[in-house]
Amino acid sequence: MNFRRLINSLLDTTPYVLALLAALGVASILLIALNAPPLQAVGAIAQGAFGTENATAETLVKATPILFVAIGISVAFRGGVTNIGGEGQMIAGALAGVTVALAIPQAPGFVIIILSLLVGFAAGAFYGGIAGALKAYFNVNEILSTIMLNQVAAQIMNFLLNGVLLDPSELGSNAIPKTARIVEAAELPRLSIPLPPGLSDLFGTAELFGRTRLHWGLVIAIVLAIITYILLWRTIIGYRIRAVGQNERASRYAGINIQRNILLSMLLSGGMAGLAGVVQVLGLQYRLQTDGSATGFTGNAGFNGIVAALFGGLNPIGAIPASVFFGGLLVGAQKMQRELGIPASMVTAINGVIVVFVVSAQYFVHRRSRRRSVGGAPPEREPTAPIVPAPLETPS
Amino acid sequence: MKIRTVLLVVCALLLSVIPAVRAQDDVFRVAAVAPSATNDLAFSQSMFDALTLIDEEMGDAFEFVFQDGTFVVDDAAVALRDWAASGEYDLIIAHGSQYGAILEELAPEFPEVSFAWGTDVNTFGLENVYAYTAAAEEGGFINGVLAASISQSGVIGVVGPIEVGDAKAYIDGFQSGATYANPDVEVLVTYIQSFSDVPLATEAAAAHVANGADVLTGSAQMVVGPIAVAQENELAWFGTQSSQADLAAESGVSFQVYRWDVILRDMIENIGGGVLGGEAYVLTLENGGLEIQVSESLDEESASIVTETIAALTEGIVSGEIVVLPEDPMATPEAGS
Amino acid sequence: MIEEIFTASVFASTLRLATPYIFAAVGETFSQKSGVLNLGLEGVMLMGAFAAFYTVYATGSVIIGLLAALIVGALMGLATAFISVTLQAEQGISGIGIYLFGLGMSELLFVRLIGTPVSIDGFPRLYIPGFSDIPVIGEIFFNHNLLVYAAFLLVPIAAFILNRTTFGLMIRAVGQNPEAADAMGVNVARVRYMTVIIAGTLAGLAGASLSIALLNVFQQNLTSGLGFIAVALVYFGRWTPLGVLLGSLLFSFVNALQLQIGSIGVNIPSEFAVMAPYVITIIALVFASKRAEKPTALTKPFRRGD
Repeated sequence: MNFRRLINSLLDTTPYVLALLAALGVASILLIALNAPPLQAVGAIAQGAFGTENATAETLVKATPILFVAIGISVAFRGGVTNIGGEGQMIAGALAGVTVALAIPQAPGFVIIILSLLVGFAAGAFYGGIAGALKAYFNVNEILSTIMLNQVAAQIMNFLLNGVLLDPSELGSNAIPKTARIVEAAELPRLSIPLPPGLSDLFGTAELFGRTRLHWGLVIAIVLAIITYILLWRTIIGYRIRAVGQNERASRYAGINIQRNILLSMLLSGGMAGLAGVVQVLGLQYRLQTDGSATGFTGNAGFNGIVAALFGGLNPIGAIPASVFFGGLLVGAQKMQRELGIPASMVTAINGVIVVFVVSAQYFVHRRSRRRSVGGAPPEREPTAPIVPAPLETPS
Repeated sequence: MKIRTVLLVVCALLLSVIPAVRAQDDVFRVAAVAPSATNDLAFSQSMFDALTLIDEEMGDAFEFVFQDGTFVVDDAAVALRDWAASGEYDLIIAHGSQYGAILEELAPEFPEVSFAWGTDVNTFGLENVYAYTAAAEEGGFINGVLAASISQSGVIGVVGPIEVGDAKAYIDGFQSGATYANPDVEVLVTYIQSFSDVPLATEAAAAHVANGADVLTGSAQMVVGPIAVAQENELAWFGTQSSQADLAAESGVSFQVYRWDVILRDMIENIGGGVLGGEAYVLTLENGGLEIQVSESLDEESASIVTETIAALTEGIVSGEIVVLPEDPMATPEAGS
Repeated sequence: MIEEIFTASVFASTLRLATPYIFAAVGETFSQKSGVLNLGLEGVMLMGAFAAFYTVYATGSVIIGLLAALIVGALMGLATAFISVTLQAEQGISGIGIYLFGLGMSELLFVRLIGTPVSIDGFPRLYIPGFSDIPVIGEIFFNHNLLVYAAFLLVPIAAFILNRTTFGLMIRAVGQNPEAADAMGVNVARVRYMTVIIAGTLAGLAGASLSIALLNVFQQNLTSGLGFIAVALVYFGRWTPLGVLLGSLLFSFVNALQLQIGSIGVNIPSEFAVMAPYVITIIALVFASKRAEKPTALTKPFRRGD
């Protein structure tokens, strides 16, 4: 790597670090107002996110569905489609995936897993595709349809979990709506990393993440992030999706089928969210259950994935560290609540402050990169695409 | 690629060196996680109040931490695992039936830690899991009888969350009680499919009022909306889970209050004796776990009538003379009509 | 059966349910029309709702409560404008940040300052002599609190401002083609600041309409997703106040209807009843769809000399 590039990218990082510190400053004021020691609070966040082997594992577990959704969001937003429907698409994927896993318990484990994943992807894609088709062929705005479809998915889930999918052993017991547990063979295996002798002494364990909930879903997500990156930037399919997102009019003149590509980006985006849902079931919860709300199952991953995708610069690979960061923030904040008795609401507010500050910091990065380009040197970074790119329309 | 994020992680790690300090002594420590806020006047508050009560009773010998607002089931999983792994808690409570599946996976990994969860009766056959629930239909029945006898119009409105759990038990009991007191009474029930949507719950209650209801009841934390409707229209309100006497100052009649402290005391004693679980508790009128509180706003005469009715019904239910839910629980009351 | 479902109270309930949507979505129309997507409405609504509620709780005056909501809404709007106009932050994310902040902060303040749900005396229903007593019509239209009327009054005013005033012209110009507007001497940033502050103020008002007029209680997450629906309704209304009004009324009407159907015990699963407003809103848009006049510069920050 070119030395100047390294310096420049380090300097590009500075605003984010400063923003994070500023956010923590604001958070400190809030904490002091609540008689909580701010340093300990921040320490608790870090400790809770990455302080122990298990904490790190939980951060990665939290990051996994966020990453799946973020990959899909990257595709959709690059394709000019603002997909806010990650929650609903996760539910669709999970419902279909768990149905498959419950329907064929006798099949070999890997068959169940692969089939569930495929069907989950298809169901998420279908559900996302509804919004895509509505936009492409009926001109129904996707922000509207995806927000509405999230609510619809939650109710369909309630209906099915209270009806045909209800755990037979819970019949008549009034319990919370949930499916039966999937068979053990259908579980995504836990993920642990065997360490060579030297490292194992250092970590005090022969197997990193050996007794944690970390599962192979993370690996699937990372592989998909790479594949999606290649799809978007190295194939004609990806080129078309991005072209439509960048400039609809020009794409039309270039002979690209706008409608088909809008639909395609929503299908892919929904499919990724669908995978997030089915992986949560196969890798973590081993059944589908809810408290009656969408969040009860998704844990807000459908929304957090949007934030992670945008932090990641709408690049599936960038979404990987962004998801881990965001997952760590969420898990760590919970720890702060437990350690210091800080109310959950405070944690939510601080998360909001951090999001706002970090996203605002981009301004300073852009300014730097513009100054550089004005100075003659080409910008090293790919200019971040306009977020929620608005398709150019003929002014009427 | 995204060096900035890596740096963020690094600086977070650097900050993580501040260790947590803890004491080790003979204090009984409880950790609890609950889905809604501790001031929800409903489910989560009932547990928080119970723990606070025990804290007052036992003084220095008792401590508890409470993580509220954890409606994301997976966040509860992290909390429960964290507490269990710390080895510092004598009892870990997962207060919400949506947490059951987590406990089923977690408890076998920590056989030396005692867990409790509710509302359910399933201990998963594990020796370190207590299950607890409330026979909410009993208080529902009493409230139903009172509601039907108060109602002038013969129409009663009920706002429920989703059709499961203690909310359904309460509402089924309520319907049964109302019909017991007055077979002609009309009980309007709306499940709004949410525990928290106050605006929707408010309009659901308003719809009942427009359809002639002059008595209202409901379950879950969004009932603050229906309570305000009752207040505004000067209608009677019956509550459950926690006391809503302060909010429903003028309209409240009686409240079924979950006294989890009754079973918590038992659990604490058992755990002290080395029994870490395996038992399912049910709050009932009989064991004092269900308390029917009479609103202080009633005038003396009404209060004494209500108190007497409650006493008589309690006796009937405890003795078995009154069967709260006569039908098979599978067949809901409306199926019979 | 039909007359049991389509009662006067259903229509009255529709108007009440629609009130917060109208305030919030009309405000958002201003903001989007000038090119700024304000996804944080929900958070601003919650802050406004709490500010109003707490003020009424402390002072007993609904007027001061209303003012508090307007001020808090305007301040949140100012912050939003600073973030999305001056700092040019991506509007999707910063909106989610503002939402989270409002969600957490309103609950935190509620727990610290009040502690537990209490009731207050909010805006009373206005009794209009003569009109309120008219059967059916009186129940539907003349039996509401002041803020319900204010919401409906806001629609023509907003339409007038957007379509018939210079300010409205500037808003549209800035949203459609900021470069051209800038060339013509319009201060793009200032116009956007103003619209975003208008959106914040009206979102604060929407929150107040819940906490001190329609519900008269406060609880954490009082709005429970209403603000996001309001954003969706702006798209439904195709960036016109009248369209937003129609969308709010349709959505609220189906909601009132499903509550009435539930109340009188029509036997359909409540899950389907609850999802009805969402489904029907989408279907309505499919049939009413035409080329939307989306502000071209929506979500695009403006930099001079780009």
